[in-house]
Amino acid sequence: MIRAEGLTKDYGARRAIDNLTFETRQGEIVGFLGPNGAGKTTTMRILTGYMPPTAGTATVAGFDVVEESLEVRRRVGYLPETVPLYPDMTVFEYLKFMADLRHLPNAEDAVDEALEAVGMSERADGYIANLSKGMRQRVGLAQALLHKPEVLILDEPTIGLDPAQVVEVRTLIREIGKERTVMLSTHILSEAQQVCDRVLIINKGRLVAEDTPENLQARLTGAQRARLRVRGDIEDARPLIARIDGVQDIKILDDGALEFQFAPATDIRPTVAKAVVQAGLDLLELSPVGMSLEEIFLELTRGETTVR
Amino acid sequence: MRNIWTIARREYRQYFISPLAYVTALAILLVVGAYFSLYLYFVSQQSLFGAQAPETNIVVGPMATIFLLGIPALTMRLLADEQRMGTLELLLTAPVRDAELVIGKWLGAFLFALTIIAITFIFPVILNALVDPGIDQGIMISGYLGIILMVAALLALGTAISALFSNQFAAFFVTLGLMLFLWWVIGWPSSVFQYGAPHDIFEHLNISKHFGDMTGGNVTLAAIVYFLSLTILGLLVGTTAVETRRWR
Repeated sequence: MIRAEGLTKDYGARRAIDNLTFETRQGEIVGFLGPNGAGKTTTMRILTGYMPPTAGTATVAGFDVVEESLEVRRRVGYLPETVPLYPDMTVFEYLKFMADLRHLPNAEDAVDEALEAVGMSERADGYIANLSKGMRQRVGLAQALLHKPEVLILDEPTIGLDPAQVVEVRTLIREIGKERTVMLSTHILSEAQQVCDRVLIINKGRLVAEDTPENLQARLTGAQRARLRVRGDIEDARPLIARIDGVQDIKILDDGALEFQFAPATDIRPTVAKAVVQAGLDLLELSPVGMSLEEIFLELTRGETTVR
Repeated sequence: MRNIWTIARREYRQYFISPLAYVTALAILLVVGAYFSLYLYFVSQQSLFGAQAPETNIVVGPMATIFLLGIPALTMRLLADEQRMGTLELLLTAPVRDAELVIGKWLGAFLFALTIIAITFIFPVILNALVDPGIDQGIMISGYLGIILMVAALLALGTAISALFSNQFAAFFVTLGLMLFLWWVIGWPSSVFQYGAPHDIFEHLNISKHFGDMTGGNVTLAAIVYFLSLTILGLLVGTTAVETRRWR
């Protein structure tokens, strides 16, 4: 559905994205993961026909984003990072305006349907200026859904929402992604893990990894870490842990917790728990330590090797 | 066509919730009305001495002057504000051609200006009732045609300048400067060169000259071509400005 080949964009002397090549299939939710300034928004702006690439080509739903931009824009629903709304219009007026621009035959029905989908029906006559950030985000999403697009491109769809709204929006995206192709950008690893079928990781404009979230995590870490806290001195626990088979790389952290590494195939956490309790120590915490996004980037960008 | 109309309609409605548009409309109507009343008062004092009966230009003339100040206020936010609010991204990723966007914006402003002009039409009607045997219909029609053509052209230039800026106040002052230049400054060389090609060229570029012809009852092809060309030029520059935004 989306195919990018050698996509490159320069802003003056600065290269925002560098030779990006990727592909997404129909009915797939693809996460575009990277830190701020990695080139996520730039890529999405190229795919939606907002601006042309400096080099390379991209097609969306079979149409070239530069040569057949209008065809692409007819088939894409786009939610930019700063939700584009007119504060002095009502929700309904705004969506009706966008539906008219898209020449939808039953514009008012389409608006009602989109409002229903994002759960904003009861606020249709309210002014956009009076909506909370989460509601604005949902109106923006309704705008992207109006014409039932084949491809949905969402730039940081959950940014600035409260936790309950984040869950709602993620559920909504999963729902939409059953039939349509969704590409969403995020800088939150767990979001990509929860929502996406496949993740593209970019850093400094380059694609550094592309895989399912599970594979990515496993391949990147190769081992799992866990964190242990006990009441009293953690040094008492250290020899207990060191004795257990498969435990490596024990570290005492500044906050009084202990971290250790083990092979993911053998989850030895129950053994650890038993050992601690049997030694008469009070177990306060034993939790897995996920690799943070920053660590993954460090890992992936070390020596500029590309994992593909 | 349909997209132009959708955008124009939104823009037209937008003026009715914008205080600035009300202030502009009020200023135009107030000045035109005050000038009209005072003029009639003075003429009525002199009529015994056979003063000339007033014509439509006492309405259209001051209206043009106030429009010169009002048009930058009407056009400054058209595209500059879309850029600032981030809604330009919405319009540029909707299936709308850049030209349709610019023409739609201009048309919305033009329809609002036409609404103001339509309200002033009450003055020629009053004048017609007061003057015996009525005012010159030809001068009235050509005067109104003149102001409509001029406003269309100036609004197109203002739209173009708004497309070049993301700050509406910058757009306001540049538009105002251009307006005063075309209305006033450009007339200077034509009075320096008393005759010959330089004189003709600068005189032909002068808005106030063409507008003066029209309000005097002189519908010239030169004036019509001039105003229409300016309108098209403005819309072309505006479209190009939006297109080049994409490449930045």
